[in-house]
Amino acid sequence: MISAPDVVAFTKEDEYEEEPYNEPVLPEEYSVPLFPFSSQGANPWSKLSGAKFSRDFILISEFSEQVGPQPLLTIPNDTKVFGTFDLNYFSLRIMSVDYQASFVGHPPGSAYPKLNFVEDSKVVLGDSKEGAFAYVHHLTLYDLEARGFVRPFCMAYISADQHKIMQQFQELSAEFSKASEYLKTGNRKAFAVELEKKLKDLDYTRTVLHTETEIQKKANDKGFYSSQAIEKANELASVEKSIIEHQDLLKQIRSYPHRKLKGSDLCSGEMEHTQDQPDQAATASNSDECPDTDLYTCRPAYTPKLIKAKSTKCFDKKLKTLEELCDTDYFTKTLAQLSHIEHMFRGDLCYLLTSQIDRALLKQQHITNFLFEDFADVYDRVVEKQESILSKPVQDRLPCRSLEECPIPQVLISVGSYKSSVESVLIKMEQEFGGEDYKEVEVAELSSFDIQENLDYLDMDMKGSISSGESIEVLGTEKSSSVLSKSDSQASLMVPLSPQVIRSKAVSHRTISEDSIEVLSTCPSEALIPDDFKASYPSAINEESYADDSEEAIHFQASIDLTKMGEPEEGNLENTSSQADSCCIGKESDSLLVPLSTPVHTLSDEDGVVSIPPQRYRPKDQGFSMDFVVENANSSSRDNSSEGFPAYELDPSHLLASRDVSKTSLDNYSDTASYVSSVVSTSLDRTPSSAHPTGPSSERHKKRAGQNALKFIRQYPFAHPAIYSLLSGRTLVVLGEDEAIVRKLVTALSIFVPNYSHCAKPVKHWVSSPLHITDFQKWKLIGLQRVASPASVSTLHILSRYSRYTSILDLDNKTLRCPLYRGTLVPRLADHRTQIKRGSTYYLHVQSMLTQLCSKAFLYTFCHHLHLPAHSKEAEELAASRQARFLKLNLGLVNEDVKVVQYLAELLKLHYIRESPGTSQPMLRGESGTWTAVWAEAVETEAALPSPSAWRTGTCRKSLMHLHISVVGSPVHGG
Amino acid sequence: MAEENEFIFRGIRSSLLKKSPLQTIGEEQTQNPYTELLVLKAHHDIVRFLVRLDDCRFASAGDDGLVVIWNAQTGEKLLELNGHTQKITAITTIPSLEACEEKNQLILTASADRTVIISLNLEESEIAVLWNCDSGRQVQKISCFQSTVKCLTVLQRLDVWLSGGNDLCVWNRKLDLLCKTSHLSDTGISALIEIPKNCVVAAVGKELIIFRLVAPTEGSLEWDILEVKRLLDHQDNILSLANVNDLNFVTGSHVGELIIWNILDWTVQACERNFWDPSPQLDTQQEIKLCQKPNDISIHHFTWDEENVFAAVGRGLYVYNLQMKRVTACQKTAHDSVVLHVARLPDRQLISCSEDGSVRIWELREKPQLAAEPVPTGFFNMWGFGRVNKQASQPVKKQQENATSCLLELVGDLIGHSSSVEMFLYFEDHGLVTCSADHLIILWKNGERESGLRSLKLFQKLEENGDLHLAV
Repeated sequence: MISAPDVVAFTKEDEYEEEPYNEPVLPEEYSVPLFPFSSQGANPWSKLSGAKFSRDFILISEFSEQVGPQPLLTIPNDTKVFGTFDLNYFSLRIMSVDYQASFVGHPPGSAYPKLNFVEDSKVVLGDSKEGAFAYVHHLTLYDLEARGFVRPFCMAYISADQHKIMQQFQELSAEFSKASEYLKTGNRKAFAVELEKKLKDLDYTRTVLHTETEIQKKANDKGFYSSQAIEKANELASVEKSIIEHQDLLKQIRSYPHRKLKGSDLCSGEMEHTQDQPDQAATASNSDECPDTDLYTCRPAYTPKLIKAKSTKCFDKKLKTLEELCDTDYFTKTLAQLSHIEHMFRGDLCYLLTSQIDRALLKQQHITNFLFEDFADVYDRVVEKQESILSKPVQDRLPCRSLEECPIPQVLISVGSYKSSVESVLIKMEQEFGGEDYKEVEVAELSSFDIQENLDYLDMDMKGSISSGESIEVLGTEKSSSVLSKSDSQASLMVPLSPQVIRSKAVSHRTISEDSIEVLSTCPSEALIPDDFKASYPSAINEESYADDSEEAIHFQASIDLTKMGEPEEGNLENTSSQADSCCIGKESDSLLVPLSTPVHTLSDEDGVVSIPPQRYRPKDQGFSMDFVVENANSSSRDNSSEGFPAYELDPSHLLASRDVSKTSLDNYSDTASYVSSVVSTSLDRTPSSAHPTGPSSERHKKRAGQNALKFIRQYPFAHPAIYSLLSGRTLVVLGEDEAIVRKLVTALSIFVPNYSHCAKPVKHWVSSPLHITDFQKWKLIGLQRVASPASVSTLHILSRYSRYTSILDLDNKTLRCPLYRGTLVPRLADHRTQIKRGSTYYLHVQSMLTQLCSKAFLYTFCHHLHLPAHSKEAEELAASRQARFLKLNLGLVNEDVKVVQYLAELLKLHYIRESPGTSQPMLRGESGTWTAVWAEAVETEAALPSPSAWRTGTCRKSLMHLHISVVGSPVHGG
Repeated sequence: MAEENEFIFRGIRSSLLKKSPLQTIGEEQTQNPYTELLVLKAHHDIVRFLVRLDDCRFASAGDDGLVVIWNAQTGEKLLELNGHTQKITAITTIPSLEACEEKNQLILTASADRTVIISLNLEESEIAVLWNCDSGRQVQKISCFQSTVKCLTVLQRLDVWLSGGNDLCVWNRKLDLLCKTSHLSDTGISALIEIPKNCVVAAVGKELIIFRLVAPTEGSLEWDILEVKRLLDHQDNILSLANVNDLNFVTGSHVGELIIWNILDWTVQACERNFWDPSPQLDTQQEIKLCQKPNDISIHHFTWDEENVFAAVGRGLYVYNLQMKRVTACQKTAHDSVVLHVARLPDRQLISCSEDGSVRIWELREKPQLAAEPVPTGFFNMWGFGRVNKQASQPVKKQQENATSCLLELVGDLIGHSSSVEMFLYFEDHGLVTCSADHLIILWKNGERESGLRSLKLFQKLEENGDLHLAV
């Protein structure tokens, strides 16, 4: 009944190698092998293995002594997630790995049953038939009524991606151990309570029996005992014995080895109690008084019951549920931890890996990383896993060396990622590969691992992790392969050497670089550009709202109904645009569109100009109208998503609904040649993978900020000076009447605001009271309410008064008052003609640009000779000229860009000098130098800029293009 | 800035283009070095006084009765002294005695609660001692005053200090009352300075009273204070009183009379008068009618250098040359409101602060061409206000044209305070400190210099951490 060894994934190997691969231009680690299954109409992120579940989930199973292995619950608790996947069968699989060699009961030589505090065991299982791979975490809970007092459970992380399980083994293990610790702690607590109750019952029973015996004795003064009396006496004796046994058990459970609790503060509550009270509690429970001092007994008084003499194991009794076995608090914590795990490991492996590497690298930039990085979500996770993560990038950085030493460098990295603790019980694989060579490589690599890691590993208590029979594929257990490779019983680590890993690694390399995306998009030989686009997105995994995407789909399929869709403020414009929509949709399935649209893309890329106007004259140019519609649907849905539809984002069923939609559209996605189809189909993969450890909110926030920033850049001709103001530390005040719009823009622009420290960004989203000088000192980006009352006079007066420190962006009039900007840095950062279409992509783009900027600031700050005089007599002017030269020649900065780097350098200095964070106050900088107010004159702007409601529809895009020209050509007023 | 009340974004440019008598400067202030500022918050009411303690510390005092000691470099709050229950009316420091080894700088504060507190300006380690025991020599409180003390002066040479309220009292360092005058007036002494020959000048209403202090000699062990002379040349209340140099002291009154006195024989050396009374017979050759309202011509503060006395007259600034005995430069509307404090900076620069909340930096320059100078016209436009004045205006105008040979040019406008700026202090090394009625103190810093200092600190810290590897 258990399937043959899992070779499915590896049989594809031949096919993969036969694939013609004649593009040696890129280094191998950046190259993207053609997707071997593309002929089957599948994208790389579709379900290869034929798994019956739609995405990863967590399963908790029990080996019930009554019915055998059974599934208890899944996380997320949604039947759609695991679909037709046979949970019962899989529970059997995972529970049948009988790791539990622990003995519970009466050990020889011991009068009483002994509780054995066993370690959890961690196993990786695979089932090719089901297409499921699982990290399985076995644990034992105590139950007074169970056989041997133990109930075996397991928690399994089930994924269709084997490599994910293998490579994230260490992380999974750490996270599941936490969950297990919660569960076991709660269980010990509950078990102790149970024992106390039982003791009281027994005590009561004894009293009853005792009185009965006394009564019988009195009744029977003839001097002989009736059989009844003897029976009673026996019963009494057994109760006495039972009491002693239970007291002993209670003592044992309370004297749970505390060393195991060390470091896990979650159990502190239990610790403080159990350390000083076990004896006292044990004795107290002897007496009839309820031991109220005991923290375990903080509950309503328990009325003891009489226990029948023969009440032991019978099969009709109902075993406790998992919830009953565990203290409620801890059970809730466990569930929270499990859903945290589910969130954490969502998404494609390559995304998980790149984000891990990303975080690790960021962490290393400890001098500059505070400037632009959002650290709230990094610290909690990285700190505890520092070693394991940091070990990766180190290897990652030495591709040359590893390229020489081994055939497939990426594999080594991935091995490193789950350290040496995955043992592979190899089945059949040796036949497929020449195992010996790989083994050597592995061993060599393993030997270079941290000693610390090995020590860590050795600390783990190894209970017998024996695979129970050939039928089960135990792909890995906790044993160290470095240890095992010495024993000849085990083969070497073969699993990660699959070509799949190589592919996914390569993809991950490709997708993090924004450039390569563009390369792909312009490559004329690629027939399926949208497909490739799509392929690149899932790595940028985030909640790139499926709500948006499904909205897009809806827009597309029912564009005629656009006006009914509840966007009254854009009604008119929608009407005009919906014509275009329907026009396109009519031709959506026209396969000719593909070759048409591709050259257009290429053209626009090369020219660096999106030439929109021709589109007007040639409305039937499908490539362009398609592009336009995409924009349209996109921008309208953005607004939808930000203003409503929270249900879409929260309800997983919607997620699945959108997935269904995408599946249907998947059939003809190659025909539509539009961005939308790829969006829809990628949503299939992306949506389940919020992937960031702290959950989707921050990710969604970033995405939305990116989207709105992109919108701002495209729509406001003065985006560059505004961003320059933020980067150079000049407070930008966003003035407007509508709070929602102001907040949205402030959020969008906040991605450009440098931080003072690791604390929150100096951004104030919405203020309605007049500003003070302290506000300008504290905040670098302020959303200010414009009120049509006399109060506004003072507000505006203050703004004008402090104009030396502020740039004022008037949202209602579309004006910006700020210094002139003539640098080259911001145009690269915020190109209004950018091909980036997605908020998250743009966010990443901004992050990478800002990181470059940070490194420049770092260089500038820490170059000794720039700031200190070469000798004591040197004039200050010389140092100043050196600085200027360095900024210009070495860092390539022009004009105002210099000030950006200088400001960042000051922040770096302040941050570095600061002894303890927070003592020094941020400086408010009023800048001297060239000051020119840039005015997008109201008259011009109003004529050229569409009304706010029009922005959302995207119809304004063309007019915006005109506007750019007109504004560029418009007079820039000197101040 | 009344015009700016109509400020609208589109309208700002036009409003700036309106003919405004106030000289303005744009955001581009290339000569203004103060590009960084630090807002210090500790007071809960108007901050009125700033006193420099040493090269890097200063004390602030305000209407909340608090005295706060700050680090001028970092803006760090070092100490907070609270002993007064009402607003502080005067503050001064008593320098430590040269003979005395310990550097005990004392701060003397007088308050409207009719007490004077003498407090030791302590290093941080000593705070605890001081404020925990709250007794002994370190803090002393005198509350035997009949009236609010409005001014405090230390006569270092005699090692005594004087408090001026409704009467004048002389105290020694141990806070023993040595002697006092009789009740002088209900308005009390508004200003007090030391002049040679153990004399002090007190401004009491319109009068200047010279007192002589008699130190104990072999003959008498008692201190005594004697009224020597009353000078009645001012027509209105004397608002400002200052020592200019070894030869002169200067007084300014509410109606714009500026009188230079001989410090030794107390005679009028020169007089710059601005009469509210339009009677022409009082016009002497040196009299100038400066402004039309008495409030606009009240002289609030002086500063001086070797050649000039700089007077804050109403909303304007005037430079009075001591040699030429005439106004050599003026800026009639330097601020929107009354100028409260002026001080000289190196490089012929001048700082002024005003009730309008602004602090401005001026530079005194030689006027390039007298004839083509537009300033005098602006000056006289406002000048011929009353009908009577027109008669007097012509001769004065001519004279004025000849007189203003220099120019006060605005080089920087430090905008930060939202309310009247009461006072400021200038530190050579650390920049400028201003205090204001908006409860704030702002530390203005030279951005370039600070950046250099930060770099220096950075590399020092790198070196301390052992991270600095100099290229060979």
